[in-house]
Amino acid sequence: MTGLETVLRALPSLWGGLAVTLEASALSVAFALIGGVLLGTALVFGPWPLRLPIRGLVDLIRGIPVLVLIFFVYYVGPAAGLRLGNFAAAILALSLFSASQVAEITRGAISSVHHGQMEAARAIGLTFPQRLIWVIFPQATRRFLPPWINSVTDTVKGSALISLVGIVDLMLSIQQVIGRTYDPMPFYILGALIYLAINYSLSSASRHLEARFAYVAT
Amino acid sequence: MPYHFNFGLIWRHFDRLGWGLALSLELSVLAAAIGTVLGLAMAIAHVSGGRAVRTAIGAYVECIRNIPLLLLVYLVFYGIPSVVNLQYSAMTSFIVTLSVYYAAYLVEVFRAGLLAVSRGLTDAGKAIGLTAWQRLLYVRLPVMFRIVLPSLSNTFVSLFKDTSVASVLAVPELTYGAQWINNNTFRVIEVYMIVTPMYVATGYAILFLLRQFERRLAIR
Repeated sequence: MTGLETVLRALPSLWGGLAVTLEASALSVAFALIGGVLLGTALVFGPWPLRLPIRGLVDLIRGIPVLVLIFFVYYVGPAAGLRLGNFAAAILALSLFSASQVAEITRGAISSVHHGQMEAARAIGLTFPQRLIWVIFPQATRRFLPPWINSVTDTVKGSALISLVGIVDLMLSIQQVIGRTYDPMPFYILGALIYLAINYSLSSASRHLEARFAYVAT
Repeated sequence: MPYHFNFGLIWRHFDRLGWGLALSLELSVLAAAIGTVLGLAMAIAHVSGGRAVRTAIGAYVECIRNIPLLLLVYLVFYGIPSVVNLQYSAMTSFIVTLSVYYAAYLVEVFRAGLLAVSRGLTDAGKAIGLTAWQRLLYVRLPVMFRIVLPSLSNTFVSLFKDTSVASVLAVPELTYGAQWINNNTFRVIEVYMIVTPMYVATGYAILFLLRQFERRLAIR
């Protein structure tokens, strides 16, 4: 049996894993986007008693390797009263990792908007939430998108590490197929191509988005 | 029933963590050195080479940056020896993988730095009669180095954190030390409560040292 035949025959058993990888990445990216934007906004506009703990948390999480963060949430979580299944623990770890990045990206993007914009919005009588939604965020989006897409790819790549706590994602289903066929190379290459396809389509999508949001001059 | 913490077992095996951290640092230094050489060579080739060279390097960067490190680590250690007759240790394999992986990030860092060197400086070098190589060596590279230092430091800290992946090949670095203690004492909560701060503290120590270095070399 040639390598290609082996791959074709094993392909159906990879779909489930691919679905888990996509699901884990999508959930983590969504949670991280919500959490990270809130944290990042608080980092810019919050009073210092709010800013300080967030700063500490974000810097702490950014200092932990993703793999160790996954193990930490997976093993230490239950001791802290966090009763999570292994999938939920993995998602929580990936979301924390990604949210700390998104918080920094948000902070940078908001800071890049000239402060005169905020003052002008206040002068015409907009409330604080209105100022954020109608004035600051639309202008910050342009600066936010490119690094955010990078963080999304990082999350997809980081999701391969959840295979190490026994979640059958794409990475682990590839390992399982190799365990049956004893033919590692074609499957690792196939896996690399699948991850490449996911991430490459994300970055091409982002180029379109960036063009769409390039209307604001800074 | 509440959990009873027992850190005694961790301290008894602390040498595994101490030496593990030392090995993590060793892996980082080696991979950072090889990655820097590779990345710098490719960056220079990219800015001065023709279209074919540029396309090839661009494809390399795009491929590596979109594939999980874990998959590359498996591919190099289990995949390559299965098709070509090569034998290497887990540690060598991991250092090579990490270097090649980070070279793709470092190319971009160095390339941006080389493009940021002001045109006036290279023109001045040309005016005083320096050859292209001399301009590269004495003008562009030193200036580029100072420009890229901040992003270089960040990349090196990420690299240090990614050495934790070496544990999947049983390279006895810090994360593997944690797994060993977990497997032998079942004190998994305690061990990760110790190992996580060790990573954070070391990562920030590296960053602090590199920032001091940056401050001394900064262009004022």
